[in-house]
Amino acid sequence: MSARRPRWLRRLGTWVGDHRRAATDTLDRLIRAPLATLMTVAAIAIALALPATLLAITDNLERLAGDWRRGAALSLFLAPGLDEAAGGRLAAALRTRIDIGRVDLVSRAAGLAELREYSGLGGALDQLPDNPLPVVLAVYPAPDLTAEADVDALLTGLAALPGVDFAQADAQWVKRLQAILSLLREGTWLLGGMLALGVVLVVGNTIRLEIENRRDEILVMDLVGATGAFIRRPFLYAGAWYGLLGGILAWALVDTAVWLLQRPVDRVAALYEAQLRLIGLDLHQSVALLGLGTLLGMVGSRIAVGRHLKRLRPV
Amino acid sequence: MTLETRSFPVLIEFEHVSKRYPERGDALKDLSFRLDAGEMAFLTGHSGAGKSTLLKLIGLLERPSRGSVRVGGDDLARLPRRRIPAHRRRIGMVFQDHRLLAERSVFDNVALPLVSAGMHRQEIGKRVRAALDQVGLLKLERALPLTLSSGEQQRVGIARAVVGRPEVILADEPTGNLDPDLSREIFRLFERFVEVGVSLLIATHDLDLIQSLGHRTLVLKQGRLVADAIPRPPTPEPEPEPEPEPAP
Repeated sequence: MSARRPRWLRRLGTWVGDHRRAATDTLDRLIRAPLATLMTVAAIAIALALPATLLAITDNLERLAGDWRRGAALSLFLAPGLDEAAGGRLAAALRTRIDIGRVDLVSRAAGLAELREYSGLGGALDQLPDNPLPVVLAVYPAPDLTAEADVDALLTGLAALPGVDFAQADAQWVKRLQAILSLLREGTWLLGGMLALGVVLVVGNTIRLEIENRRDEILVMDLVGATGAFIRRPFLYAGAWYGLLGGILAWALVDTAVWLLQRPVDRVAALYEAQLRLIGLDLHQSVALLGLGTLLGMVGSRIAVGRHLKRLRPV
Repeated sequence: MTLETRSFPVLIEFEHVSKRYPERGDALKDLSFRLDAGEMAFLTGHSGAGKSTLLKLIGLLERPSRGSVRVGGDDLARLPRRRIPAHRRRIGMVFQDHRLLAERSVFDNVALPLVSAGMHRQEIGKRVRAALDQVGLLKLERALPLTLSSGEQQRVGIARAVVGRPEVILADEPTGNLDPDLSREIFRLFERFVEVGVSLLIATHDLDLIQSLGHRTLVLKQGRLVADAIPRPPTPEPEPEPEPEPAP
C-alpha cells in the first residue's frame, strides 16, 4: 500500500513511529510504577521549585521596591521652634514648584499619635512633659520626576531651605533593599546551579537502577543486533519524562508557594498602606522551567546510559 | 539494512584463530575451518572444549586473541563498532536457555530483531507470523514465554533467530534442556532451514542425535579442532583421532 511513497519518506515515517512508540512505552512504564516515579519526580520538582520560588519572590520584591521608590515621600523635619502655621506657609510655597507634586503637613500632634500607634512606646510617650516632635512636611516629587539623580538633587535642595532642620528620603531603605535583592538574586542562581546538578544526579541514578533492572532485556537486544541508539532511546525518553514531570510539579509548587505567601504579604503591605499582588511565574518563565527540567533529565539519563550501557556491551 | 541475504561460497572462515581469556587461559588454539553457505555442521566436544567461545567469535560477542575470522567476506577484526549490530542481524542465534524476554509476548519476542532494525510495522507483522508459522506456534503469538513448555520456548527462540532471514544460524546447545523426542523435532526444524539455503552451526553434545542425522561434525578438544568429518550412522562413537596439526 505504501510502496508508491518514496523510500526516504517511509524511513522517516518508521523513524518517527519508533520514537513515538519509545516515548509512549516509556511513559506507560513510568505510570505503571507510580510510587517510584512520584518519588523521583518529587525530588526533581523540589530541586527546581526552590530556586524558582526564590526567583519569583525576588521578582515581586523588586517590582514592589520600584513602586515604593517612585511613590515615596521626602520628609522635611522643620526646625524645633517652627509651629504648624510656619510649616503651612512653607508647604504652600513648595506646592508652587513644578518638581514637587504634593505636600502634606504632618502636625506635631499627628506625628505623636502616629508614633504612639506604630512604635509600641505608648506608655513611655505619655510620660513626656510636652511633645518633642517637630512639624514634618511630606514632600512627594512630581510624578514625572523619576530619575534617581533628580530626586537626590531635589532632596539636597530641600535640606538647604531655611527652617528645614534636615531632609530624609523615606526610600533610603528601599535602596538598601534593592541592593540586598540583587545579592539574593545572584545567590539564587548559584543555588539553582547546584540544585540543577542535583537533578542530573537524581535522574542519572534512577536511570542507572532502571538499566540494572532491565539488564537481561538489554543483553538480548544487543544479541539480536539492536543498535546502540535503539537500546539507549527508551532510557533517554525516561529521563526526559522525569525532567518534564518534575518541571510541571515544580511549577505547581511555585504557584502554590506564591498563593500561600499572598496573605502574609497582604498583612505587611497593609502596614505600608500599599497593595501588593504577588505574581507567579509568567509564561516565559513557566516554559523555561519545564524546558530546563526536561533538558536536565535528558542530560542525567544520557550520562547514566553512556556509562552503564558500555559496561554491559563490552565488545 | 543488511537483512537481505547475500551468498558467498564460503560463509564462515577461521584462520589460525586463538582465544585466550586472562582468567582461564586458552579457550581456542590455532583453529582453522570453513563453513560454506547453505551448509549444516555440528560442533561437539566436552564442556569447556571451546564450543561456546567459537560461536561467540562469529557473533562478535568476543574478539579473537590471534588469527582472523571472516563472515560473508568481511574480516571481523576490521568491522567497526557501529557495524556490529548490522553484523549480528545477519546471524540468528539460538541459546540453550532461550534468552526470551519474560514480560513480552511471543510475538514481541520474535519481532525484536526487526523492531530494533527499524523495520516498518506491517512488514514486521508479516515476517513474525511467517516465522511463527515455520516453527508451528502461530496460535501462541499472544502468550507470554513462561506459560509455554520448554520445547515451545525453544521454538520461539528459533523463530526469533530466523525472522530476520539470516545467512547463518548459530545454536548453542539448543536441545540441552529437551528430551530426545523434542530434540529430534528441533533438529528436523533446523534441517528445513538448511534446505532454503541458510547455514547452520550447532554446538551440542547430543552424540546419538549427531550420528543419526549424519551431518558434518567438528570436534573440539581443549580448544583444538581434533576432527572434522561426516560420521557414518551405524558405527559406534568414533574416538576422535588426533590429526596432524598444522604448523603453528
